Amino acid sequence: MRRLRPETRWAYVFVLPWLAGLLVFQLGPMVASLVLSLTDYDLIDSPRFAGLDNYTRMAEDPKVARAIGNTVLYTALHVPLAIVIALALALILNRVTGRAAGVFRTVFYLPSMTPYVAVGVLFLFLLNGQAGMVNQFLALFGVSGPQWTTDPDWMLAGIVVMSLWNLGTTTIILFAALRNVPRELSEAAMIDGAGAWQRFRAVTVPMISSALFFVVIINTITSLQMFDQVYTMYFSSQTAQQASGDAALFYVVYLFQQAFQFLHMGYASALAWVLFVVIALITLVQVKVGGRLVYYEAEEHA
Amino acid sequence: MATIERIQAPVTTPAGAAGDRRADDASRGTRRVFFLVVLAAASTIFLYPFVWLVVASLKPRERTFADPFVPWPTPFAPGNYAAVWDAAPMLTWMLNSLVVGVVAALTVTLSSAFIAFGFAYFRFPGRNLLFGSVLGTMMLPAAVTLVPTYLIWNTVGLTGTQVPLWAGNLFGSAFYIFLLRQFLLGVPRYVFEAARVDGATYFDLFRRIALPLARPALIIAFIFELKASWFDLMKPLIYLQDPALFTLPRGLKAIVDQFYQGGDPKWEIVLAAGVLTTLPLIIVFFVGQRYFVQGIATTGNRG
Repeated sequence: MRRLRPETRWAYVFVLPWLAGLLVFQLGPMVASLVLSLTDYDLIDSPRFAGLDNYTRMAEDPKVARAIGNTVLYTALHVPLAIVIALALALILNRVTGRAAGVFRTVFYLPSMTPYVAVGVLFLFLLNGQAGMVNQFLALFGVSGPQWTTDPDWMLAGIVVMSLWNLGTTTIILFAALRNVPRELSEAAMIDGAGAWQRFRAVTVPMISSALFFVVIINTITSLQMFDQVYTMYFSSQTAQQASGDAALFYVVYLFQQAFQFLHMGYASALAWVLFVVIALITLVQVKVGGRLVYYEAEEHA
Repeated sequence: MATIERIQAPVTTPAGAAGDRRADDASRGTRRVFFLVVLAAASTIFLYPFVWLVVASLKPRERTFADPFVPWPTPFAPGNYAAVWDAAPMLTWMLNSLVVGVVAALTVTLSSAFIAFGFAYFRFPGRNLLFGSVLGTMMLPAAVTLVPTYLIWNTVGLTGTQVPLWAGNLFGSAFYIFLLRQFLLGVPRYVFEAARVDGATYFDLFRRIALPLARPALIIAFIFELKASWFDLMKPLIYLQDPALFTLPRGLKAIVDQFYQGGDPKWEIVLAAGVLTTLPLIIVFFVGQRYFVQGIATTGNRG
């Protein structure tokens, strides 16, 4: 074997924990997951090869279809709404500046410090159809609010409402990006006669496009993996079957139930792999599209 | 609208300019008031649920939903907090969360700093590929490795203990490695070279130079992981069966199952437990606020 320079040997000592963790907790499990997805395994008997059975079963499982439908619809509603609202808040924060901006930023971030289980608990009460605060507020305007937590047609909407309480991280990222936009650019555009909307479209958005792109990707990935709040509100380990049917069945909730309540480890692994491929594809598409839309300042100087 | 007027206003006559500036100040003033009103309204939406939670947790059960817009409890029922103490081992859960959280945060901070120093200081064959794997795993959904990771802990007989909640942190975490590496790249190389000339070992460089200099980034990593651990529901659900080992989120979930969904509705206990789960993190946030904002802003700007 080639002898390594001491410096190189030390380099490997430092990155060794990462390499070990990568093999044991990331790559190894990914391969194991793929192999398990081709078996039937219940933790008691040893895994039995089942070919692609788990995948064909997925295609026919109405609960999988329901879970995918709910998860995709939630993501499609949450991501654009969250980003538009967070961007609006960040733009306004950027206009008031000074101490006030700091105080408001803190307030906007507070919900993000609330553990998701507590968020789920809180919104079970706030969204209560008979007497919750949300419906009592709507009643002030003569609107009779829906049964957010029990009516299958409204449960997903309730979950989206809950998710929009948590905009702190997205707002802070966009606000930080806005603060880095040089004021001269906007002023130059103003002198050229650009209106507020034109300046926003032609100066602000391109200058914060990489941050926007980042929050779109992060919000999409986390939305597709929604678990904690929904599981807290509508599922429990004692009763696998819910009174409300599958209206709040999200993909990772179903994966969790299959793996750890029914001990269908093979089937759960197949579900996990499909999720992985879907998220990888979505991220790839977003990176490709984003690469064309995002303006990187560095390119100009390169 | 006001801005367009300003652009079209003649800028040559001094009188016109002065008048324009006065009008401009006025419109800027009204605009600022308008913005502040919008922000205050948004703040109410973000803050009032906390107020409701605390107030409702201090009311008797039959008044839980009554008068949601009155921001004080009528009648005042602080006994709910004694009741939650009797109904569930809240103190045990709180200590469990604290111990698991601190151990998880310490291990991930130190291991990530160790690894980050390796990536920041050395050049070695395979570095870019290996660092690519750091970036790659950031996007890897945790759900993909859920089942095999469980099987690993099951094989070594550690399911049913708190070890799986933090032991993975010994191998660093992609996000913190990235953050700390960025930070260490900012340290001028001659600082390290000078120490080398003085006979410092590579481990000295890490312990005596990199660690102290990276303090702000270490604090960011520590409090973010503390928060993540305090939030975690799924791992405790998977690995813990014994209620004496539960962390707060797992305990709160047990309380919801028993006293909200179950046939024995005790809303005041659920709400008081919700407050007790949330409060410690809010305190951590106010103490370490600067680092939270910094941490989020740094990751966001990465793009």
